[in-house]
Amino acid sequence: MTGTQIAAPGGSAVLGFLVLLPAVAGTLLLLLGRRADRAAGPLAVLVTLGTALLAAVVAAERPGLSVPFLGIVEGGDLRVAVDGLSAVLVVLVATVGLLVTVFAVTDLPAHGARARFFGYFLLFIAAMLATVTAATLPTLLLAWEVMGATSYALIGYRWQEHKKLDAGTRAFLTTRAGDLGLYVAAGAALAGTGTLVLADLPAADGGWRHLAAAGILAAALGKSAQLPFSAWLSGAMAGPSPVSALLHSATMVAAGGYLLLRTQPLLQASGWAATTTAWIGALTALVLGAVAVAQRDLKQLLAASTAAQIGFVVLAAGAGVIAGGTAQLVAHAAVKAALFVAAGAWLTALGTKQLSGLRGAARRYPGVGAAATVAGLALAGIPPLSLWATKDEILAGVDSAALRIVVLAAALLSAVYAGRMLAVVLSRPAGEEAFDEEGRGTRRVPALGTGVAGLLAVVAAGLGVLALPVVAEPVKRFLAAEGEPSPGAAEFLLSGSLAVLGLAVTVVLARVRPGLFGALQRGPLGAWVGLGRLLSPRPALAVARALAIVDDKVVDGAVRSVATAARRVAGALSRADRDVVDGAVRAVARGARRAGAAARRPQTGLLHQYYAQAAAGLALLFALLLLVR
Amino acid sequence: MLLTVVIFLPVLVAGVLLAARPPDRAAGWTWVTASAVELALIGWMWWRYDPGPGSTGVVDGIAYEVDLRWIPTVDAGYHIGVDGLSLPLLALTGVLFLACAIWSLREKNEPRTFAALFLFLQTACLGTFAALDLILFFVFFDLTIVGMYFIIAGWGHGNARRSALKFFIYTFVGSLALLVGFIGLFLGGEDRTFDMVALAENPPLADSPVAGGLVLLAIGLGLAVKTPLFPFHTWLPDAHTDAPAPGSAILAGVLLKLGTYGFVRIAMPILPEAWQRWAMVVVVLGVVSVLWGAFVALAQRDLKRMIAYTSVNHMGYVLLALGAAGLVGQADEEARTVATVGAVYQMVSHGLLTGALFLLSGVLWDRGRTYAFDRWGGLAGPAPVFAAAFAVAAFGSLGLPGLSGFVAEFQIFAGSLPGAPVATVLAITGILVSAGLFLLAIQRLLTGPLVVPTAAGADSDDGGVDPERGSAGHAREAATATLERTPTGTVTRMRDMRGPELAAVVPLLVLSVVLGLLPRALLDVIEPAATAVAQLVAR
Repeated sequence: MTGTQIAAPGGSAVLGFLVLLPAVAGTLLLLLGRRADRAAGPLAVLVTLGTALLAAVVAAERPGLSVPFLGIVEGGDLRVAVDGLSAVLVVLVATVGLLVTVFAVTDLPAHGARARFFGYFLLFIAAMLATVTAATLPTLLLAWEVMGATSYALIGYRWQEHKKLDAGTRAFLTTRAGDLGLYVAAGAALAGTGTLVLADLPAADGGWRHLAAAGILAAALGKSAQLPFSAWLSGAMAGPSPVSALLHSATMVAAGGYLLLRTQPLLQASGWAATTTAWIGALTALVLGAVAVAQRDLKQLLAASTAAQIGFVVLAAGAGVIAGGTAQLVAHAAVKAALFVAAGAWLTALGTKQLSGLRGAARRYPGVGAAATVAGLALAGIPPLSLWATKDEILAGVDSAALRIVVLAAALLSAVYAGRMLAVVLSRPAGEEAFDEEGRGTRRVPALGTGVAGLLAVVAAGLGVLALPVVAEPVKRFLAAEGEPSPGAAEFLLSGSLAVLGLAVTVVLARVRPGLFGALQRGPLGAWVGLGRLLSPRPALAVARALAIVDDKVVDGAVRSVATAARRVAGALSRADRDVVDGAVRAVARGARRAGAAARRPQTGLLHQYYAQAAAGLALLFALLLLVR
Repeated sequence: MLLTVVIFLPVLVAGVLLAARPPDRAAGWTWVTASAVELALIGWMWWRYDPGPGSTGVVDGIAYEVDLRWIPTVDAGYHIGVDGLSLPLLALTGVLFLACAIWSLREKNEPRTFAALFLFLQTACLGTFAALDLILFFVFFDLTIVGMYFIIAGWGHGNARRSALKFFIYTFVGSLALLVGFIGLFLGGEDRTFDMVALAENPPLADSPVAGGLVLLAIGLGLAVKTPLFPFHTWLPDAHTDAPAPGSAILAGVLLKLGTYGFVRIAMPILPEAWQRWAMVVVVLGVVSVLWGAFVALAQRDLKRMIAYTSVNHMGYVLLALGAAGLVGQADEEARTVATVGAVYQMVSHGLLTGALFLLSGVLWDRGRTYAFDRWGGLAGPAPVFAAAFAVAAFGSLGLPGLSGFVAEFQIFAGSLPGAPVATVLAITGILVSAGLFLLAIQRLLTGPLVVPTAAGADSDDGGVDPERGSAGHAREAATATLERTPTGTVTRMRDMRGPELAAVVPLLVLSVVLGLLPRALLDVIEPAATAVAQLVAR
């Protein structure tokens, strides 16, 4: 049924292994359960190492692979293919996956359900790898939703604590609300192009193209925690730190940004979708940037900043800056993974992730502290670090003046929240910090954790070379994005000085007026501007309860009343049967009996009476004869 | 001949069981053996079945065909056969009855009669799916109602008699409407026959829209009660709640499919003109069932009632797809075929997953005599295998890719959207609601602190609140407190699943995963027949 694409056999096998290796290993760990707890960590490291090597091969060879799945229409198969964009993402996901797995091995408690954790972790990585290589809609949806489900399991890893699984449920439901868009997009693709091939979407005719674009946009915004879906990311911080380090840097939230970069031609072709995408990205960067400034919890700050930074990627997709968006995605992944690893290491060591408790944390553990400082400076957009370069790359492609102002304001906010975090962790410990709010800390940061954070920080800093045209041009060629505008020296200077200024002012303010941030924390920004309420399940539950009552009282009530009515009719008929029908029969019988009794009376046996009766009868007959004649 | 053996072997074994009266244990194993042989025979049929290229089935390319004279005066015959529509459902029947046979190995209450009834029911179900004659179909269809009535009334719990009666009368009235429709087809056709193949080849009432519409109404009504579609679904939750676990599994897994199967097998190919004309009504009914089932399920406080309402939701998807397959003017043949394939796939997938879910809820009844959500909690601790199985079945049921439900629902949505975009977009929101309700169920039953019902209050049915323990919080306290003091006999011990329970449920879930990842094995059989249906309905 399905046309199997013939690719280089060796290459396509490698691509298959790339997805199957972590998937099979993860499933195996889950099936073995607690028996595999001891082996789980080392196995996961080996598997992710293998995956990273395979990813390098795949990125070089760029193979394709098709496995028969659905029939009838073209594109129903499970098809994965690697182009420039996919190659970058595959390497990114596999590398960050490897590093975070190493960190997880040291960070997770030794007696925990490690097989379950690493099982889902590997499955998640496999799903993300399939997402960034998917070439048909069934493939994309399969990988996309499995990623959502495994993230649910990972966020709710400590299911014994009720709130934790709740956060997972919320994350899954919010992202699935967006995912519905992908189902719509698949239908629209079938209607508009007659195929389910992802690359065919821009060619869809008329209204179907708009519907497909809207569906893809919804799915991407949900996954990337863009407005209005952002709140699930806050709850997702309930998950273990390695989960945050993986899900909220290079994967999951990145998947939405990736999908928009991938389908940029569709957005462009539909017109309105590109503009909408750009504005939603920019506004998310601005609003969530402000939210990040007002957090009291380091992981919450990082979560809000993740949504904000991915906002720049979304903006890039809307503005058609593929190279800049991809660079931002990669640089942010390195920066944020480093910061989440640091936050996780501090949480394990000190037992807290509150900013007040983390005062001077960077000085207590200088190795991780140095890495976090570099990554924090990159996050602020300080030159010559990575995010400074990538943001300008994106800004160069933005035409609208209003959009540019919003983006510059959002960039300034990045410097503010990064500055606030750095001011806290770098300040001198006062000695009165509240530790151990979330369980007893170990008071040590393992060397491997420091190593992982350091490596990520080096990448986060080093990607600043993207500012040099010598580097930027080959990158654009690799991504088949030649001709995209590059920022000039003036733009680099403007954004760089803005970031430095923002950072400096924040650090000074944090010293001089610490109460200012306290006031912000208590304000609506501290509570994620009520975005959580927007995703409340209450209305749905109320509708459900109302419908259940209608179902019982009205729908089933009608059935019951038919039954009751039938019984009543039966009773009435039974009475009628007894009184009317049978009554008539009995009346006839009674009449006959009476007539019989009456007929007996003339039989007296006296002859003269018989004569008299005969005479009377004859007279009656004669009278009758006279009358009728 | 092979097909006849497959259909009547179970009822034969049932007769032997009743006549020979073997000991209880032997009866259970006889049932398992018979079901296993059945499944092996169906597997053999599957192995030998070759649909060939292009569109086959419904009117041609029927395998294992037998056509004998039966009631020649009205041209009703013993006409049976297998094609791509019936083979998957025959196989599903074989799988589910075997699972129920294994599950019931520990049945204590009259196991011999129980086994005989199930075997009788299996013959009736297989006969309905294999029948190619309307009267034969109707006879088998009605026999399933009789068999299920006795299973619920005799082995159910709670208000079993009343629920069984409601089930019987409701679905029996539905089947009478079906019979009226069949007679309409007989009278409307030129050849005066009850033979489905002949009727589908030469559709009756093609040029009398009113009569065709009325006949479709009668048939649709009969099948809608069985499926069940909103608003004819309210017998379902009662029957399920009070039925024994294997009874629920068969009721939801196989008996509901008789309704949806009737739509694809009879209504669409035999009344194509009327189906096209009324396709939008079918779509709307499907969407209403989808949303109604999902939302009402969300509000349930009893696990079994919740699963029952999700069946309304899932069958709604099937009707949406079949309706969309009739929107000949709005969608091309490819899209309509994809929708039909999805509908048939959904029948199989729902059978496996809902069968597994009902058997799993039987574990709760076995341990604590209640399905109420507020009487259970934190079961993942003492019963990790149960928790894992329940989670897999729940995620499958909410349509997670990697399990069979996704393959079905994806095709249903993708195939229906071109013809009925608004309706389909509304129906797609149904998978969000089902995701919510299943995650909520997982959270309530499996996670958080351990809650198990105490034996004293456990027999109060339909989640009635025990006066002794007004609130769930109190119950939790009492139960966990007692647990710590080692079981005193007043508290249910939550034993994990074992032996027959595992052997019955795990294969269903494994099959669902296999069909979710490697759907070709099933799709290769369904696709030619679905193509045939999509072409026949466009005449």
